[in-house]
Amino acid sequence: MRMFRISTRPSVFSIVFLILALLMLVFILTPLIKTCFSSSPGTIWHTLLDEDVYMSILMTASCGLMATVLGLILGVPLAYLLARHDFRGKRLLESLIDVPIVIPHSAVGIALLFVFGKQQLFGQVFYEIGLRFVDTLAGVVIAMMFVSVPFLIDSTRDGFKAVDPRMEKVARTLGASQWRTFWRVSLPLTWRSVVSGSIMMWARAISEFGAVLILAYHVPFFGEHPAVTPVLIFERFNNFGLDAARPIAVLVIIISLLAFVALRTFTIKEEKP
Amino acid sequence: MKVDLGEFVLKNINLDINTGEYFILLGPTGAGKTVLLEAIAGLYPLMQGKVFIDDREITRLAPEKRGISIVYQDQMLFPHLSVEKNIAFGLKASKCPRQQIKPLVDNIAELLNITHLLERRPTTLSGGEKQKVALARALVTKPAVLLLDEPLSALDPQSREVMRQELADIHRRLKITMVHVTHEFEEAVALGDRVAVLEQGEIAQVGTPQDILRRPASVFVAEFALSRNVFTANATDAGEGYAAADIGDAVVMVATHLRGPVHLTVRPEDILLSLEPLRSSARNAFEGTVTEVVERGSVVYVTVTVPPEFVCLVTSHSREELGLKEGVRVWLHFKATAVHAF
Repeated sequence: MRMFRISTRPSVFSIVFLILALLMLVFILTPLIKTCFSSSPGTIWHTLLDEDVYMSILMTASCGLMATVLGLILGVPLAYLLARHDFRGKRLLESLIDVPIVIPHSAVGIALLFVFGKQQLFGQVFYEIGLRFVDTLAGVVIAMMFVSVPFLIDSTRDGFKAVDPRMEKVARTLGASQWRTFWRVSLPLTWRSVVSGSIMMWARAISEFGAVLILAYHVPFFGEHPAVTPVLIFERFNNFGLDAARPIAVLVIIISLLAFVALRTFTIKEEKP
Repeated sequence: MKVDLGEFVLKNINLDINTGEYFILLGPTGAGKTVLLEAIAGLYPLMQGKVFIDDREITRLAPEKRGISIVYQDQMLFPHLSVEKNIAFGLKASKCPRQQIKPLVDNIAELLNITHLLERRPTTLSGGEKQKVALARALVTKPAVLLLDEPLSALDPQSREVMRQELADIHRRLKITMVHVTHEFEEAVALGDRVAVLEQGEIAQVGTPQDILRRPASVFVAEFALSRNVFTANATDAGEGYAAADIGDAVVMVATHLRGPVHLTVRPEDILLSLEPLRSSARNAFEGTVTEVVERGSVVYVTVTVPPEFVCLVTSHSREELGLKEGVRVWLHFKATAVHAF
């Protein structure tokens, strides 16, 4: 084994791995960087002023936010219970929660339509209280939530797992109720995981194409009927070609990158308390 | 207080702990000591059985309503709060009026000598300091019972000494009922009014430390107690970091800075047996008579009465070589550094 030989001449192993690693990096970074510099700032600014574009981005971002808030309300308790309790079939349940990430998202759209459609199981219940999902903002929100909430649940669950249950037990013996213990001990010690999970969820939500396309194509939004930005990009590309689609793609990439920088800032701080 | 619970780890536990008592739960790792503490505090569900404080049943009471505080071996201080806020946590949770919180925190901090730490973050404290903060946090709520889960085990020997003293002081001054879990027999002897020995989820014996030492109720308890030679002694200065400790019938040289009334232990395996006095660096040498020989597989516990009685551990091989049996005169040798004083 010459893998760890100390010498001035690098080993074959190092050279091969370095080349392969560089190829991977080039593959990941080139399309991103080239796209970002393909349109002049003027073009991007001009694109942003296009009503279809900014209504689409506004709608996508706010639906992503709604989905994330809903995900927090319903997902954090689930994450907490998963972190604190062991039961038969827990591993299976945890895998099932992650399934939305791995199945084709057009299939997700069909599955959601099958449950939230007007004549369907949940669709009928919500119809009674005046909530419809097909081609509405609510439809965009649930499609986004379905495909992105696993990121929030997983991150939050791991956060709670990292808090020693005895920390909570001590709080209880000191006179804190279960609620107080959760708000004053468990959550403050987990909030970084919750925030980074939320950012990941939001970033994934605004990127959704397939599920949203099927459940809620163009939706009423402040007097307009925008589609979510990934769908808009596809439409522009289909109808007007690469040059029309590219500036919007640049905008989306920049927004996602900003979300990612925010996420990194949180995780880096976490490593160095 | 009465605990009577039964489930898969702990069986037939029936304990009466007197109000104001320093009670020790002694047992090896995995005997179910921590689970028993958590069960008393209401943190671990009981399959059956009942828990009482002063004839008031608390079996179904939520942990926050019991007035029982717990201090864990690794403290479990809240890392996101300052020391002061850690201590104030219980007061705020129990809706203590705001203006009373500060004086109560200052008071307990003074009692435990940690006033200078109040502004600090728990992560910056030493083990001993953390343990004091954890104690302060538990005591400030004035619990009826204080549960201590191996409170000395995670500390270095010096802080352990200080902390042991601290615990004895707290018990004396606050007259609080304390239940202290440990696997160290020394702690039981030094601190306990009474001791319960736990064996695989069952109570093997309850009694004073002396009872357990002199009249072990089972082989398990005997071996647990026998693993040490424990003496009470009066230590006087012998210079150069040594003390001469009078254990009644003999004077033992000990490497310690402690003076006055102390406890001493010598591990049975640290005592060297011979038929003639040896010239060696060991500062303790006594002649005595073998009064008991107990075989445990390849090792043999030999009790030698000087007096007092010393339990020594030898291999079967050396036992045969020396011809050790009851009535034989032998010499004991052990180093002053092999004696543990506390």
